[in-house]
Amino acid sequence: MEAKERMQIPRQKMPEQDPKARGKNFDEVPFGYSEETAIREAQRCLKCKKPSCVAGCPVEIDIPGFISLIEGGDFIGAARKIKETNALPAVCGRVCPQEEQCEVKCILAKKGDPVAIGRLERFVADYERNAGKVQVPKIAVSTGKKIAVVGSGPAGLTVAGTLRLLGHDVTVFEALHKTGGVLVYGIPEFRLPKAIVEAEVNYLKEMGVKFVTNYVIGKIRTVDTILSEYDAVFLGTGAGLPLFLGVPGENLNGVYSANEYLTRSNLMKAYLFPKYDTPIVRGKNVAVIGGGNVAMDSARTALRLGADNSYIIYRRSLDEMPARKEEVHHAEEEGIQFHILTNPVAFIGDENNWVREIECQKQELGEPDDSGRRRPVPVKGSEFRIPVDTVVVAIGNSPNPLVPATTPGLDTGRKGNIVANEETGLTSRDGVYAGGDIVTGAATVILAMGAGRKAAQAMHAYVMNGKKE
Amino acid sequence: MAKIVKKERLSADLVRMVLEAREIAETRKAGQFIVLRINEQGERIPLTIADADAKTGTVTIIFQEVGKSTRLLGSMGQGDDILDLAGPLGKPTHIENFGTAVCVGGGVGVAPMFPITEALKEAGNKVITIIGSRTKDLLILEDEMKAVSDRLLVMTDDGTYGQKGFVTQALEEIIKSGEKVDIVVAIGPVVMMRAVSEVTRPYKIPTVVSLNSIMVDATGMCGGCRVSVGGKSKFACVEGPEFDGHQVDFKELMMRQKTYMKQEHESLECFLNQALKK
Ligand SMILES: Cc1cc2nc3c(=O)[nH]c(=O)nc-3n(C[C@H](O)[C@H](O)[C@H](O)COP(=O)(O)OP(=O)(O)OC[C@H]3O[C@@H](n4cnc5c(N)ncnc54)[C@H](O)[C@@H]3O)c2cc1C
Ligand SMILES: Cc1cc2nc3c(=O)[nH]c(=O)nc-3n(C[C@H](O)[C@H](O)[C@H](O)COP(=O)(O)OP(=O)(O)OC[C@H]3O[C@@H](n4cnc5c(N)ncnc54)[C@H](O)[C@@H]3O)c2cc1C
Ligand code: SF4
Ligand code: SF4
Ligand code: FES
Repeated sequence: MEAKERMQIPRQKMPEQDPKARGKNFDEVPFGYSEETAIREAQRCLKCKKPSCVAGCPVEIDIPGFISLIEGGDFIGAARKIKETNALPAVCGRVCPQEEQCEVKCILAKKGDPVAIGRLERFVADYERNAGKVQVPKIAVSTGKKIAVVGSGPAGLTVAGTLRLLGHDVTVFEALHKTGGVLVYGIPEFRLPKAIVEAEVNYLKEMGVKFVTNYVIGKIRTVDTILSEYDAVFLGTGAGLPLFLGVPGENLNGVYSANEYLTRSNLMKAYLFPKYDTPIVRGKNVAVIGGGNVAMDSARTALRLGADNSYIIYRRSLDEMPARKEEVHHAEEEGIQFHILTNPVAFIGDENNWVREIECQKQELGEPDDSGRRRPVPVKGSEFRIPVDTVVVAIGNSPNPLVPATTPGLDTGRKGNIVANEETGLTSRDGVYAGGDIVTGAATVILAMGAGRKAAQAMHAYVMNGKKE
Repeated sequence: MAKIVKKERLSADLVRMVLEAREIAETRKAGQFIVLRINEQGERIPLTIADADAKTGTVTIIFQEVGKSTRLLGSMGQGDDILDLAGPLGKPTHIENFGTAVCVGGGVGVAPMFPITEALKEAGNKVITIIGSRTKDLLILEDEMKAVSDRLLVMTDDGTYGQKGFVTQALEEIIKSGEKVDIVVAIGPVVMMRAVSEVTRPYKIPTVVSLNSIMVDATGMCGGCRVSVGGKSKFACVEGPEFDGHQVDFKELMMRQKTYMKQEHESLECFLNQALKK
């Protein structure tokens, strides 16, 4: 096919549930490509000799390579090609901020729509899994080395998979009763079905990775006691400490952190209460504070739990919102109401300690701040109140302090993050590596995986040669 | 997975269970708790480690059947498995030789009080223990407590056993008798812990209470367990569960505990209906 012909094909749409209907269920929103649309989309790719898209992917997937295989109808081959560098394509194809990573760099983005790399990635991963064609790769002969991984989020899972392939004996310790980190407790079912995460973990189990759940490092065992038994340790404990605003009334009943709200709904399946035992407040007027993915997920969860009004309250403008455009778009379609340039200054409760109103203040944009975004400045006399019965605070998370606090000699930064070498993940302690949100602060799935890959390679070198890389 | 090694009913709605949990038994300290999830549909509920045996690799919990989860747990028996068990969680009690320690346990709170009393005694304190319950049949661990205390006082609200009255009355009498009390540790219903803190406040006796706010993960990840202490928000599961009783906002705690009252009723009703059908 000629390049000209390829460039005439429009970017293929991915069918999705009707916005009205999906606001009432927890099923996944998009349905994914059919074989025909996938091939059609694959035909758009120019298979560039020097593909700029690859530079945008933190794990450098051979993007034209896997897309060519799709074009030729070899979906399984395409899935395996991706898995050479990315062990979780079904996850990344769904939640990666593609529009800022691989797709923004696609040559076609200069003139029109980029190739839908994420959608294609998700398509082949789903195809392979649904066809039951997921193959456990050949594991290298045993090295006799023992590796401990703390935390089963994307960073930990990547380290575990990579090191197991190289023949190491790998054990993952997870504090919660389910593995997957934010993928199971944070990101909702309608965006990332939990069966997919489970399948990925099962794949690692089949490879021989051992998982120990209900095991809080820093409590039942410390990093030092682990080191007496294992040759190296990877810390992938995430940014699991919820931040609050520190305004009056934040401890009223009905005020949640996004972590609690989403954990109740996702991990504990409170949306299926009383079939599942964990309760959640099903508010009628729910306000979510924040403008990131976490805020969108919370507002859309509130809607699905039966809210009449689900608001996003964000202190800057739509342009500064850190959430993925696609998620903001989905939220708007579903009827989430945006109060932008608005900041809560107090929560007001009734005599039984239940939140009833939020006192807000309008903001205007001033000079850019450290983040390069324009700083919100309060407008005097602009206070107004929004009646609510549930509030979800989604203004961010900072690193979980449990492990740093119980590991002497482990250097941490100003925000409590573990300090680790960017190329190797090595921390200030011998044999102790770290990566993902615990190092960078709340970031993305693919960056956590990228950090995991680099750390795994350095750990391999370290345990095999005693070499610190 | 944790096997129930032994189950015993202490009173109409109080159950003692011994669970297989070797590593927890080896590492736990006084004041710490576990979180368990009975089955796939279950919620995560926190329960204090009332006792542990590192040799047999077991931990003991004592719980009151109040709602769906604790009733379901109470209906299980020896040999049954609990799907998930995590621990030890929370900060251990700060134990040292304070001098004279008064340990106050009310109702099912006597159970979490036991390991702390034992540890205070081992650290060389003179330990005066006050335990209380509404009525004689609900009193637990009297012999165990006696064994680790220099003096044991028993109170019942209705006077069916020991002295008639509240534990706070006994505490006040001890203080007024001129006994120099260096520390008070109180665990029981929130109203009791508040009352104990009010008794000791004028005397400036350091008072430690153990807060049972509603928890989910109990690893510091959700903030659902937050309590106000000295005007600051604290996560009870990782910064507690023990706090300075003179600083705790008990009123807020009591109201926050009622957050899911409606759902708890619904859940219990469903459970009882199903049990009836069977
Ligand atoms: C609601 C929500 C939506 C998001 N949406 C997106 C998105 O659309 N796209 C995207 O790319 N990113 C998204 N993110 C961010 C992304 O999920 C994270 O950046 C990523 O999961 C970080 O991976 P991690 O492996 O570092 O940590 P985590 O996923 O946080 O996993 C850490 C794991 O370690 C465990 N742990 C912690 N402490 C201990 C301990 N002491 N002992 C044992 N185990 C421990 C935790 O229980 C957890 O399972 C979202 C995050 C949230 C919260
Ligand atoms: C650190 C800690 C230690 C505890 N130790 C003990 C103990 O040793 N023995 C004992 O009998 N009880 C203990 N509790 C209380 C116990 O967790 C609750 O009684 C239990 O969760 C009730 O569950 P349910 O489904 O049976 O009752 P529900 O009907 O769900 O609730 C009844 C009441 O229990 C409380 N509660 C409900 N869910 C939770 C939860 N997830 N976390 C905390 N409280 C909750 C609420 O105040 C609620 O109103 C402890 C609580 C905490 C926080
Ligand atoms: S992993 Fe993410 S960034 Fe890389 S190609 Fe896939 S969607 Fe793009
Ligand atoms: S830059 Fe775009 S067109 Fe070129 S190889 Fe990558 S995806 Fe295909
Ligand atoms: S229970 Fe979640 S932070 Fe304490």
